[in-house]
Amino acid sequence: MIPLTHFLVLGAILFSISVAGIFLNRKNIIVLLMCIELMLLAVNTNFIAFSHYLGDISGQVFVFFILTVAAAEAAIGLAILVVVFRNRRTINVQDLDEMKG
Amino acid sequence: MTFVQFLFYFFAAIQILAALRVITVRNPVHAALFLVLTFVSAACLWILMEAEFLGLLLVLVYVGAVMVLFLFVVMMLDVNIAEIREGFASYAPAALVVAVIMVIEMGMVLTHRIFNVRPPLEKASDVSNTEAIGRVMYTDYVYPFEIAAVVLLVAIIAAIALTLRRRPETKYQTPIEQIRVRRNDRVRLVKMKAEKKESGS
Repeated sequence: MIPLTHFLVLGAILFSISVAGIFLNRKNIIVLLMCIELMLLAVNTNFIAFSHYLGDISGQVFVFFILTVAAAEAAIGLAILVVVFRNRRTINVQDLDEMKG
Repeated sequence: MTFVQFLFYFFAAIQILAALRVITVRNPVHAALFLVLTFVSAACLWILMEAEFLGLLLVLVYVGAVMVLFLFVVMMLDVNIAEIREGFASYAPAALVVAVIMVIEMGMVLTHRIFNVRPPLEKASDVSNTEAIGRVMYTDYVYPFEIAAVVLLVAIIAAIALTLRRRPETKYQTPIEQIRVRRNDRVRLVKMKAEKKESGS
């Protein structure tokens, strides 16, 4: 049988890959959004692993809610992306400095 | 190595390789397609952990809806890839260092013996996974469930409101004014004398 640690380490590796992806693709908003989706996937994997090994179904209900919020986040993020591209003709993060942040 | 263990390492390897390709590939369309592969492998792993409902939900919602949305946006926007990729190599060492240190740290914590939990030998309940989730979700978690519905509604309205635009150059019909029009707005009666008939015509 597979130990719980293997699932948790898999989630940790996936999370670290998406953190590295945020570092690498600092200029590309689309890939940044994809990296956030990957992070949520890693967290969901941990939730389901704990839910299975501890025999508690509540973890899977939480995964359901995380999926809902992640879908809403992706929809709104892409809508904002489309609006930004329509106004500025670019999605390069470095060019989006109108707020002088 | 049992068959289940083989399946676990197989799907895990595919998932990690696909995730690595997502963050390193040059073309955003390819990145989206590799993300689809990652999600499908994750769904297989979830089904391996007897979370059938969520595995199918991941395929339906993520691969079927969210990733198609990503692909739509990527293909609709005319993105200059070369410009976006500049500075990729200079960030690579920092990203590698941070990621490797994070994996080592989390590995050190997660391999502690308190996480060495025995998997449940007998099934926790005699109903299917979907029914078990439904029983909990519509009783204990009914209030968060309705809040999730509201979140989705807000997302729908926000996405439409953000991307909707009125184009002044396009011609519209306005049904309200078409219905409200009266005879006096369109017809004008003019009184004039009869003209004489010209000779010869």
